[in-house]
Amino acid sequence: MSSYQSNAGHAEAGANYLNHSHGLRSWFLTLDHKRIGILYLVSILTAFLLGGIFALLVRTELWTPAETIMDADTYNKLFTLHGAVMIFLFIIPGIPAALGNFVLPLMLGAKDVAFPRLNLASWYLYLIGALFSLYSIATGGVDTGWTFYTPYSTETNTSVASITLGVFILGFSSIFTGINFIVTIHKLRPRSMTWFRMPLLLWALYATAIIQVLATPVLGITVLLLFLEKTLGIGIFNPALGGDPVLYQHFFWFYSHPAVYIMILPAMGVISELFTTFSHRPIFGYRFIAYSSIAIAVISFLVWGHHMFTSTQSGLVNTIFSFLTFLVAIPSAIKVFNWLATMYKGSLTFQTPMLYALSFLFLFGIGGLTGLFLGALATDVHLHDTYFIVAHFHYVMFGGVVIAFLGGLHYWWPKIFGRMYNETWGKISALLVFIGFNVTFFNQFVMGSQGMPRRYYNYVDQYTSYHQYSTVGSYLLGFAFLIMAVYLLHSLFRGAKAESNPWGGPTLEWECASPPPHENFAETPQVGEAYDFSGIEYDPETDSYKKRRAVPSAPPPPTS
Amino acid sequence: MNLLIGILQGLTAGNLLQTDRGRTFWMPPQGSTGASSVDNVFDLIFWISMFFFALIVIVMVVFVFRYRARGRELDSKPGVPKHNFRLELAWTIIPLLIVIGIFYVGLRGFLDMAVPPANAYEVQVTAQRWKWLFTYPNGYVDENLHVPVGRPIQLVMTSEDVIHSFFVPDFRLKMDVVPGRYSKTWFEAKNPGQHQIFCTEYCGTGHSDMLASVVVHEPGGFERWLEDAADFIENLPPAEAGQMLYQQRGCAQCHSVDGRAGIGPTLKGIFGQTHPMQDGSSVTVDEDYIRESILDPQAKVVAGYQPVMPTFQGKLKDKEITVIIAYIKSLTDSGGEQEEG
Repeated sequence: MSSYQSNAGHAEAGANYLNHSHGLRSWFLTLDHKRIGILYLVSILTAFLLGGIFALLVRTELWTPAETIMDADTYNKLFTLHGAVMIFLFIIPGIPAALGNFVLPLMLGAKDVAFPRLNLASWYLYLIGALFSLYSIATGGVDTGWTFYTPYSTETNTSVASITLGVFILGFSSIFTGINFIVTIHKLRPRSMTWFRMPLLLWALYATAIIQVLATPVLGITVLLLFLEKTLGIGIFNPALGGDPVLYQHFFWFYSHPAVYIMILPAMGVISELFTTFSHRPIFGYRFIAYSSIAIAVISFLVWGHHMFTSTQSGLVNTIFSFLTFLVAIPSAIKVFNWLATMYKGSLTFQTPMLYALSFLFLFGIGGLTGLFLGALATDVHLHDTYFIVAHFHYVMFGGVVIAFLGGLHYWWPKIFGRMYNETWGKISALLVFIGFNVTFFNQFVMGSQGMPRRYYNYVDQYTSYHQYSTVGSYLLGFAFLIMAVYLLHSLFRGAKAESNPWGGPTLEWECASPPPHENFAETPQVGEAYDFSGIEYDPETDSYKKRRAVPSAPPPPTS
Repeated sequence: MNLLIGILQGLTAGNLLQTDRGRTFWMPPQGSTGASSVDNVFDLIFWISMFFFALIVIVMVVFVFRYRARGRELDSKPGVPKHNFRLELAWTIIPLLIVIGIFYVGLRGFLDMAVPPANAYEVQVTAQRWKWLFTYPNGYVDENLHVPVGRPIQLVMTSEDVIHSFFVPDFRLKMDVVPGRYSKTWFEAKNPGQHQIFCTEYCGTGHSDMLASVVVHEPGGFERWLEDAADFIENLPPAEAGQMLYQQRGCAQCHSVDGRAGIGPTLKGIFGQTHPMQDGSSVTVDEDYIRESILDPQAKVVAGYQPVMPTFQGKLKDKEITVIIAYIKSLTDSGGEQEEG
């Protein structure tokens, strides 16, 4: 057995970050990136549950063309809260702050992030921002849509002021995470971990962090201006006060379009990891994938105007934004082709995370390609603000980001909690999520191109069958998540003990024990080529994989 | 693929195909001259997308079967390619050229719709929560958009309150209607008939009820309609003319005529009643009070209501106010006995 060695050996006593210290204090004042990752994970999953319940209520109301279970004002508040909670409390922090916090230092070979206190502060800011949002809900809700368009948002007497303050605070949480990741990747890489040896998730998180740091302040300023207009009557956006309502849209989308990439880039990073691990071969076209993440981060700042083709923006501006929008499609296409090529001559296994990766290719393919209809000016004018848009962004945000998040959650679950979940139920639920999602959203493309506008409480009778189809799909989707919740919770208590590398992953986090020790690595790991699968071998005894090294990582004497 | 589309049609849109002429699986009927060029762009992008989607899915399925591991023991295949610069350059450049082509086609279709012909007939559009008002060159205002067939129509649009958006699916036409500025758009209707107008910028409680119709008249029919409609105050009994104005000018959005309290007090039986005002005084509703409330709504606000009604100064002529008063009176006459103060 001497030829097998890994950092896992140091944790054999059973000491890990979960039992390193005890009590509430040890969790709520922790500086350990892994524990902060779990604090985030619990928070965002709570937000996801809340946002999901809002969604099911919205879909239920839409069962009939007129009132089904609630009045128009309640419906308007529910779709607003569904959007705001899902975007600001779940998807944006989802992969970076929860999964990223946990795995980034591990994949890098570091003991923690660069600023552990800032990391904890970002979680507390998230919590305070979330409390502001809950306060808005408790004091009557918000009915503006998650976009808070002026002058509607400055005129409505719902709780817009408190939720915009919440968004302002959440923005700082996001900025803190971004700064932390940038500095960590620059300064805490082990000497042997060069830029082009980094796992692609780290490239993606790095690109994401750049957008978080550069774009989020604009959102902060925008919602602050909105807050000032609303509370002090300073005219910035409201034409009744001498302001310009379209200016608000520019400010808002200057953040919120890059924010779409804050959501999708880390998802793409996760998918890169999944494809290479479950193909059991090095990723195809490492550099193209890495550079495409950076390209997306840069171009994403220049396309915000494509949300405003019908906003009275000039024809020339529309033309420029349409062109730039098509350019941002290319890096995404490159990634899709490279993931496909990664399966070529691979040795594919199909555990639950891989099912999510394949599901991602299918759904993100549809989400991306339907973007072409919306980037083209002539068709966007017809499709803008209809259910076609609703379907498109759900295919990207759910079919892309949430599916990748679920893939990542299942992939790192054994590492995070040291327990395996039930593989059969995992597969069943992945399949049901896929079916339920398509039933809910695919026909919304058709309903939208047939003219059904979004954010409608009542609707014209001809759309009834599409809506009912969608509603049935949403229940199926809810049921799939129920199954997932049950088997994941079950695994926490009864799951089989996880080995350090159950999938055969090539990156550093699989070299430490599951769950990892408090210090991550007893000694700084020696890093070779990215995604080096040579030496990873299946061990039938433990039904997991072990890495055999030609040279041990500790300072030699070389053995045979 | 046709089979798949056929199945989807059967599941979702089959009934629509039988009732609506010109409706396809994806698109509503083409009601304007611009609609077909939009649909051509849509079709082009659709088939390009279908091609790439099929490519992705087929390659994925083939690889999944061809390269699946037999058991958990992994065969190490030497010579697995880790990159291929030419191939990767190809799948960067080819999609780039394709999307630039799509950009160009989309732009051309957009420019066709952006520039109205010089001889266009102009209609002013005013949006307010939750109502469309269409003002014709002779000053007549209607709640639906009536147009002649085969003539370019230019719409000059503005909003009285928040942002709205004017959307006619059959025309593939959409333009935001913004307070404090004028937006323009145009179309030319192909056939006589009716088309749905939606508001597509979220504007609050009644957003989804902010509907209207485009009524396309036969050649010559539009001019006759406009003449008749503009004279309705002369042609109809005063109370009926007042009822039309009540519907058309947005009174109905806040004031019910069946006794329900809305954003404003109901008009049923209100004439002759005495109501307490916000400032503590009380007012008996008569002709002068109604006139004042229309022209200067904030002067005497009924207790329990918000001072949110916009002024109609300059928007309603004296004779229009007179027939509205006649209509409100008629709601008392027909409303049975009233308790008088």
